[in-house]
Amino acid sequence: MAFLEVKNYRKKFGDNEVLKGVSFSLEKGEVLAVIGSSGGGKTTLLRCLNFLETPDEGTLVLGGETLFDASEKAERAESAIRQKRLHFGLVFQQFNLFPQYTVFKNITLAGMLLAKAEYRQKKRDFAAVLAAAPKEERKKLKAQQKEILAEIRANQKRHIEEKAESLLARVGLSEKRGAYPFELSGGQQQRVAIARALALNPDILCFDEPTSALDPELTGEVLKVIRGLKSSESTMIVVTHEMAFARSVADKVIFIADGEIAEEGTPEEVFASPKNEKTRAFLQRSLAAGGEE
Amino acid sequence: MFWEVFVALSEGFLVSCELFVLTLLFALPLGLVVAFGSMSKFKPLRAVVRTFVWIIRGTPLMLQVIVIFYGPGLFFGWRALERLIAVLIAFVINYACYFSEIYRGGIESISKGQYEAGQVLGMTKAQIFFRVILLQVVKRIVPPMSNEIITLVKDTSLARIISVVEVLFVAETYLLKGIIWPLFFTAVFYLAFVGVLTVLFHFIEKKLNYFRV
Repeated sequence: MAFLEVKNYRKKFGDNEVLKGVSFSLEKGEVLAVIGSSGGGKTTLLRCLNFLETPDEGTLVLGGETLFDASEKAERAESAIRQKRLHFGLVFQQFNLFPQYTVFKNITLAGMLLAKAEYRQKKRDFAAVLAAAPKEERKKLKAQQKEILAEIRANQKRHIEEKAESLLARVGLSEKRGAYPFELSGGQQQRVAIARALALNPDILCFDEPTSALDPELTGEVLKVIRGLKSSESTMIVVTHEMAFARSVADKVIFIADGEIAEEGTPEEVFASPKNEKTRAFLQRSLAAGGEE
Repeated sequence: MFWEVFVALSEGFLVSCELFVLTLLFALPLGLVVAFGSMSKFKPLRAVVRTFVWIIRGTPLMLQVIVIFYGPGLFFGWRALERLIAVLIAFVINYACYFSEIYRGGIESISKGQYEAGQVLGMTKAQIFFRVILLQVVKRIVPPMSNEIITLVKDTSLARIISVVEVLFVAETYLLKGIIWPLFFTAVFYLAFVGVLTVLFHFIEKKLNYFRV
């Protein structure tokens, strides 16, 4: 069984059926490029994977665990969904950095909040242990626990900050750690957003047209960062209009038209010898429009 | 003579200030609650809250003060509230409704992307609101809020309608004795207070200038 298995994803907004049964699979470390014209359902597919939308039908299995099954309505609790979301990272077209935080804090914030929740849980567990312990041992135990808790807290913080530092270096923005988003160019903001998404170690990192909101001269730096991630065996799903990029980076390409996968295969298969009429027309159009890197 | 009047007016103005501070203290958080009500996905609640806001914003504050003070006695035969309490209740409700609309505008102006960014990073709804959204909202609403809060300073004079002894009431007691100038002099109190507030709001705006939304 593949690392990620998406089966028969369907999504309707009112009468508009945006996804009409999309199925695909992906192996660990692979890069999947999703191409297709605007309004074809690419972004909706990505949003469904990240639980920002709930598919009407379909299942999603990741690493053998069923994360989503439309027939099981019970699993829709907010906290359960939050846990599942962490398997996926998402880089938005519009970056969506938090404007009031520095670059560094943007990257560490979510991790710190999760660590805090974990720490609180540990503290509760310890309190329960303490309450169950015999009276004469409590004082000693309490001191021990306090030490352990302090260590956990310090470790969490160090771990998150070290990770953020290394991610900043990886996207080439170490010197911008104290800057606020508005002080950065679009390309830099998007690189921070990539670092932020990677900070939580998602199993699969998704990109929703990561360069579409950028000036043409800034797309290169972002694509370079994404390309750099490939070598470090991240599993990625990239929705993109950059055909040359898709062709050179992806292990697998799917072409979505009208809510269905019209064509899928290796980049060579899809770009060099497309079988579907729609794919051919689309590729011709994007080449004519100069949609090249 | 001047000194004596000044002290009397100051005592009156202290009551105005008390009303001002207490109104803000309760109306600022209550406004947020009302704002969430008016944005609720539960339609009946939204309708009720929006109707309520319409009634409060659609009738004079002076009338609301009178209704809260005399209403319970007239309609139910209850004992009247203490004057200052009655005014305070009317003010809190009134200002909470105005604030709620400012909050709503601020909250709705934040892009959906900010919420979604928080969601995909595994944050809870509360974390997203308090850690991500709130400060951006605050930054956006400082100018309209400062307007509303400055209006509140002068609205405290409405308390006079049910004989709360605030600064204008004190000045009027002199007027009845044939001394006119204290009435005009009350303006100095209001101006000074609003001056301080203006500086304060300017300071807050500057403080929040370190980021852009």
